[in-house]
Amino acid sequence: MTGHLPSLVPVLPEIILAVGAMVLLLLGVFQGDKSYTQVTNLSVALLAVAAFVMFGEVGSSRQITFGGMFITDAFALFAKTLVLIGSGVALLMSGRYMRDHNINKFEYPILVLLSTVGMMIMISASNLMSLYVGLELQSLSLYVLAAMNRDRIRSTEAGLKYFVLGALSSGMLLYGISLIYGFSGTTDFATLAATLKGMHEPAMGVTVGMVFLMAGLSFKVSAVPFHMWTPDVYEGSPTPVTAFFAAAPKVAALALFVRAMFSAFHGMTAEWQQVVIFISIASMLVGAFIALVQTNIKRLMAYSSIGHVGFALVGLAAGTEAGIQALLVYIAIYLTMTLGAFGAILTMRRSEGMVEDISDLSGLSQTNLPMAIGIATLMFSLAGIPLLAGFFGKWYVFKAAVDAGLVPLAVIGLVTSVVSCYYYLRIIKIMFFDEPAPAFEGGQGRTVGLVVGVAAVLNSPVSFLLISPLVAAAAWAAGSLIL
Amino acid sequence: MTIGLGHYLTVAAILFVFGIFGIFLNRKNVIIILMSVELMLLAVNINLVAFSTFMHDMVGQVFAMFVLTVAAAEAAIGLAILVIYFRTRGSIAVEDINQMKG
Repeated sequence: MTGHLPSLVPVLPEIILAVGAMVLLLLGVFQGDKSYTQVTNLSVALLAVAAFVMFGEVGSSRQITFGGMFITDAFALFAKTLVLIGSGVALLMSGRYMRDHNINKFEYPILVLLSTVGMMIMISASNLMSLYVGLELQSLSLYVLAAMNRDRIRSTEAGLKYFVLGALSSGMLLYGISLIYGFSGTTDFATLAATLKGMHEPAMGVTVGMVFLMAGLSFKVSAVPFHMWTPDVYEGSPTPVTAFFAAAPKVAALALFVRAMFSAFHGMTAEWQQVVIFISIASMLVGAFIALVQTNIKRLMAYSSIGHVGFALVGLAAGTEAGIQALLVYIAIYLTMTLGAFGAILTMRRSEGMVEDISDLSGLSQTNLPMAIGIATLMFSLAGIPLLAGFFGKWYVFKAAVDAGLVPLAVIGLVTSVVSCYYYLRIIKIMFFDEPAPAFEGGQGRTVGLVVGVAAVLNSPVSFLLISPLVAAAAWAAGSLIL
Repeated sequence: MTIGLGHYLTVAAILFVFGIFGIFLNRKNVIIILMSVELMLLAVNINLVAFSTFMHDMVGQVFAMFVLTVAAAEAAIGLAILVIYFRTRGSIAVEDINQMKG
């Protein structure tokens, strides 16, 4: 350990976001309650600046700083790009909703920024300590965001449930970390990997600790059996917050999961693979079957996201470089689908306020055909119908699983995928063939319409053109993780 | 009898299990859940400090400091959410947290 400052270049985007968030907080406090729009726009600009610096200054070369706590590589670059897109789009979509519900407080964009910093630290964590701090920075901001609409009982209840279960999962994660530290003598990922390689058989304590760690991480990605919070939090939180929850934190937590398993516990692949296969199958089943009986569209999207996490985890379960590549492709595509779908939910507004029932969409094709076509494309893509982007995501994860010899896992994935088609297709049927319900009010602003449109185009057969660059980028990112 | 690492780990494990049971078996009050969460985090701290002392490695104690800091922030946010929940619901009994189901 020398007395020099650690190299700050790899953490520049995080530093910019963290300092920027505090400056914006001051700005918000000085300007009072009217500064929501200004702070939101500046926050989006700040995210763009961070992305710009990340590409320009940090790049994809492997850099380690803060005594091995923090690492940037192509994998981090890929995942952080997705996180920044998710946060930025979620912020841009929220304006009208927040104003309508009288929660256009400047704290909202600032909390989004702070949780984004947490997510970027998670993605770049290469030590159990930075993993924990990043995870908590993200989670603590998300608890507050869930309870953002503090005069509505559902929102506060969502925040309370999320907090209690989140704190429980953090406790389990930490207990696992303490066991891993005690039985291997280190918290550094690289040293841990070397120690595990040196052991003839992994120490019992390390295995138990790793399972606790995985339990905590599966909570954060909302994988079954730690998914109980997801439907309630998705339903209760304000819709823009739900859109944010479904996009950025999921990407970050999956990336963290992958990095922890591959760079710290690579020597224990046989052990963690069983656990990942179990949670993946359980998530796919719950996501497919419980969603069948949902009537609230936000709740439906919650179960859908549980199922999609299950599909993404199939890639991790494969335990190969192709598996990580498939997972990255999957979450990139999922990000576009989920942002588009929540954009569509944000347009479901009548004079009496926001409506959230699936039946409210009935006959949408007759009242607003472009929107109905957009939603239909996104639903087809979520279902994984061939020619659409969602199909490629599923194709790559299942292919990776089959290549790794996990044929039963891929078969279960296919079956649950077919089951889940039912409820996506039901939405399309309701939109196109049912008696029209009263039209939605317009005026959600251009941004939401634009997000739905862009997401629908990206998921339409146009994705043929985009899939090969995406796969190449994911391969490059996955390659940087395996040394 | 000398007190060894095993004793510390046992105490920590018992406290941790108390914490988990406190969350799941408690049907009365959300404050008790917050206390249980603190108990879990403190059990982890005992683990970390015990390992750190017995391995003559400072990392565990530094980690315990981080856990203490985060636990304080977590308690603050938890209580804040509880206050706004009480304001809208008028109760913090666990069985009253039932607006959303399914």
